[in-house]
Amino acid sequence: MTSTSVMGGIVRRKEDPSLIQGKGAYVDDVKRTGELAAVFVRSPFAAATITSIDIEAAKAAPGVHAVYTADDVRHLGPNPAQVAVGTLRPLLADGAVKHVGEAVAMVVAENRYLAQDAADLVFVDYEPGEVVVDLKDAFADKVKVHGDASNILLTWHGHGWWEGVIDLPDPSPGIQEAKERDDTVTVSLEMVNQRLLPTAIEPRAVLADWNSGYGSVELWSSSQIPHAVAGAVGVTFGIPSNKVRVVAPEVGGGFGVKLNVYPDEILVCFASKELGRPVRWTETRREAGFASTQGRGWVGTATITGTADGKILGYELEAICDMGAYSHNFTVAVPLLGLFIAGGQYNFPTSYALHCVVTNTQTTDAYRGAGRPEAAYYLERIVDHFAREIGMDPADVRKANYWKPEDFPVQTAIGLTMDSGDYEKNLDALLDRVGYEDLKAKRDAARAEGRLLGLGLSTYVEVCGFGPSALAGLGFSWGAYGLPTAFNGSGVVRVQPDGTCTVTIGTGPSGQGHETTWAQIVSDGLGIAMDNIEVHHGDSVDLPMGIGTFGSRSIAVDGTATFEATARVRKKAAIIAGHLLEAAPEDIQFADGRAHVAGSPDRAVEWGQIAESAYQPHTLPEGVEGGLESSVVFSPPNATWPFGSHMALVEVDPETGDVDLLEYWATDDCGNVINPMIVDGQLHGGIAQGIAQALYEEAIYDDMGNLLTSSMANYTLPVSTSLPLFSLDRTVTPTDVNPLGVKGVGEAGTIGSAQTIVNAVVDAVAHLGVRHIDMPLRPKRVWQAIQDAKE
Amino acid sequence: MYPPNFDYVAPTSLDEALAALAGAENTKVLSGGMSLIPLMKMRFVRPTTVVDISRIPGLDDVTDDGDHITIGAMVRHATTASHPLVQEHASALAEAANGTADLLVRNRGTTCGSLALNAVAADQPGAALALNATMHAASVRGTREIAAADFFLDAMTSALAPDEILTKITIPKGGVSTYRKLGRRGGSSDYPIAAAAVWVDVSDGSVSDARIALNGVSSTPYLAVGSAEALVGSDGSADAIASAASHATDGVNVLEDLYATVAFRTHLAGVYVRRALEDVLA
Repeated sequence: MTSTSVMGGIVRRKEDPSLIQGKGAYVDDVKRTGELAAVFVRSPFAAATITSIDIEAAKAAPGVHAVYTADDVRHLGPNPAQVAVGTLRPLLADGAVKHVGEAVAMVVAENRYLAQDAADLVFVDYEPGEVVVDLKDAFADKVKVHGDASNILLTWHGHGWWEGVIDLPDPSPGIQEAKERDDTVTVSLEMVNQRLLPTAIEPRAVLADWNSGYGSVELWSSSQIPHAVAGAVGVTFGIPSNKVRVVAPEVGGGFGVKLNVYPDEILVCFASKELGRPVRWTETRREAGFASTQGRGWVGTATITGTADGKILGYELEAICDMGAYSHNFTVAVPLLGLFIAGGQYNFPTSYALHCVVTNTQTTDAYRGAGRPEAAYYLERIVDHFAREIGMDPADVRKANYWKPEDFPVQTAIGLTMDSGDYEKNLDALLDRVGYEDLKAKRDAARAEGRLLGLGLSTYVEVCGFGPSALAGLGFSWGAYGLPTAFNGSGVVRVQPDGTCTVTIGTGPSGQGHETTWAQIVSDGLGIAMDNIEVHHGDSVDLPMGIGTFGSRSIAVDGTATFEATARVRKKAAIIAGHLLEAAPEDIQFADGRAHVAGSPDRAVEWGQIAESAYQPHTLPEGVEGGLESSVVFSPPNATWPFGSHMALVEVDPETGDVDLLEYWATDDCGNVINPMIVDGQLHGGIAQGIAQALYEEAIYDDMGNLLTSSMANYTLPVSTSLPLFSLDRTVTPTDVNPLGVKGVGEAGTIGSAQTIVNAVVDAVAHLGVRHIDMPLRPKRVWQAIQDAKE
Repeated sequence: MYPPNFDYVAPTSLDEALAALAGAENTKVLSGGMSLIPLMKMRFVRPTTVVDISRIPGLDDVTDDGDHITIGAMVRHATTASHPLVQEHASALAEAANGTADLLVRNRGTTCGSLALNAVAADQPGAALALNATMHAASVRGTREIAAADFFLDAMTSALAPDEILTKITIPKGGVSTYRKLGRRGGSSDYPIAAAAVWVDVSDGSVSDARIALNGVSSTPYLAVGSAEALVGSDGSADAIASAASHATDGVNVLEDLYATVAFRTHLAGVYVRRALEDVLA
């Protein structure tokens, strides 16, 4: 193939001209005639019994069409969840509230202003109960969140996490033995991986239009998983999924917060059905802290036992993981994803106990990385700490314990199989590029002058590209939503008689650049220009069965499906072109929008001519069916296992504790790369979110369960001026679980970065006696740690 | 985040605006709206009438008036930050404006609006105190001048009456000033965890006059009188500066919040007074 090859090249994003000119259509840009607006009445208490709700004044308020409470919607059942361990959320609080901000009533009015006015007139009598917010208190299980049920929903253990499938020997006795040896040291740190607010730029938004004539409903939702939402709406209302059309148009950021089915999605459908009018709800920025899921929230102790020459003989992590009050889509599965990378890139025995515990706070669920940033944080903090305590270079300790290239495929500590990896090569590439020895000398020289420079390293392996449909056996399917599909991917490629190509995929972008990357795959395969390829996504009816965008899975799974569909279209087009050109199909080549006979570029037909023939079957060779379209569902044999090495240089102000991030370098390995610019963009955003956790962000609850950081004035998201230019590079270790050799990169930056920063800051102040500081490393905390070390 | 119903008027003369303020109960003046509108959307502030002064001509100038400069009610933070007159004669205020929020907010928010609101975390009030600004208030009852030292009463409370508009501020020329802060995200942007605005006049090698103000430290900005006293008459040496810094929170009720304990904030107040003084006395 000749000049049309665009795979692996920097291609400008097709979607940007519309997005940056404000012409992209988000849910709030979709308008329906006769829309009503919904507003929710939310609980001011974290734990209370509802003794009465008076809605009469609200119902009589101007412009109000309806006020709904649990009495109206109880028959629809609770909000559906995929991994349904624990208490599911009622659509509206039913007799009790379990967290501040829980929706108690829904007001529907002519517009959102009148709806809010009326919501202020809903009078709810609460009988406040005992609140449990602190994770250790919740784990102690004295004050219970849900009646008599234990706060501890389950504990994930590394060696036996999948009953009946994974049953490995308990590594704890072996680790205990290592601890008792004379030549080993054991180090431990208790660390908090704090709760975060996912904070997409576009808060969630929904618009439902129920058509009683057709018996169908259309729902626009800012969602990462429109097909699952469609399934859930169908199951809830007892209508088939082909009567539900869920559209996720442009989505202004997802990060996991839109990887859920929410009560508001069900409730606007209900209200539209009842009132015969379209009903819209748009989350406000402040409301997002109460109406959408949150991320992280672990407190745990990491322990390493090893010899003085850096050989690690055991790693243990015991953590309490905050589930919040109710279980949503993947709530208890998030720690499991951390378990998936339990031993990381290292060959040593690993013992995990992750306790999933409920509290009187908003529910947690997936947030960029989902369990893997937490797992990588504990592992890479304690490895760094171990290196410091035995006086070894942190890079050398890591190398001493890595899996080697010849070890692959590797069975992980919990019985999964990592197909590929070359960790030492990747780390060396980083160390060479940054000039590691010179950097250490620079740091030490500055320290001699009283300046607090710190150098932090983290390496990581992650698991993504979900994934094998066998995971359906774990509950990782959309079964609860009436869709017994597992984590497969899908792609449809169709060439039209004008020679253009339409691609429809089962996954949609919330900023990741699908439209460009997928067009590159197809353009490369068919020789059709990028401008003549349109990629469609996000519509549960028009598009192939899809699972959605999460877990860095789109390219490895749906991308592969599209790649295969492209190959099939190409194969058929070669037959047709061969027929038209009187040549053998195997001699047909595609380039520059046409097919030609190998060695005779003038013997050619345009794609339009091929397609025209395809849609006039009488012109086709015998035995060839009409049409020029292929639809492929792909399920990979395994997940993918990207890895990388990150480093940061920081300077700490000794007087104020203010951390200045001077430099950030990353060398990642996500396998083959289709568009380096888009991959770098994913890393930039991911790293920024990891740095944000390390330095800036925290969802802070008080003892009464009030979220103190629901405003952007005090949640302190990073801004562009907070961050340096990141210096990125990559190694390429392709996976063989898909023909593209791609692994996924959406979460890698986040998984590698938070502990890189903390390791750097601790390095800057370690000589003062500091060994750990919990995130976020606000000036207050760093200053206090320095003061405490002085004492 | 949806405000209750309110009336909105946008007069094109100051007299009309003052009449609108005098003629209604529970009014609010809207200039840039960067604080008022979010407060209304959260329903924390519920005015019945909003008087938008942005269409009144003549309120958006910075002028040189001999021994002082004047900043009008509609001068935006971005203008205050970059205006040569402010940079030359009131650099503490220019620096405060430059570090306020982000560029979008600075392009809309006004210096006088920030002073009139006196939010706990605002940058402008400390600079106005250190610069000894005079506030010029107008109402249908007439005009009056209020010294900065008498203007900032308590959190979100200034000396302005409900029917008054802060039409301009004047700042005397002379001396040298600067504004230094630690922001909530670290560095020198964002709301201050603690900030110091300092103004000094130096003649014949000694500090002849000084004003040192802190904001973000207590519920309202204040002049650290003890710090200024420690400095005036001194040679501005490191010892004198250290002595001034040690009085930064004398007699003050220091705030505790998500970003600082009392001990940390008290420490920061001294650090930032010292750093600001080192700047202007270098």
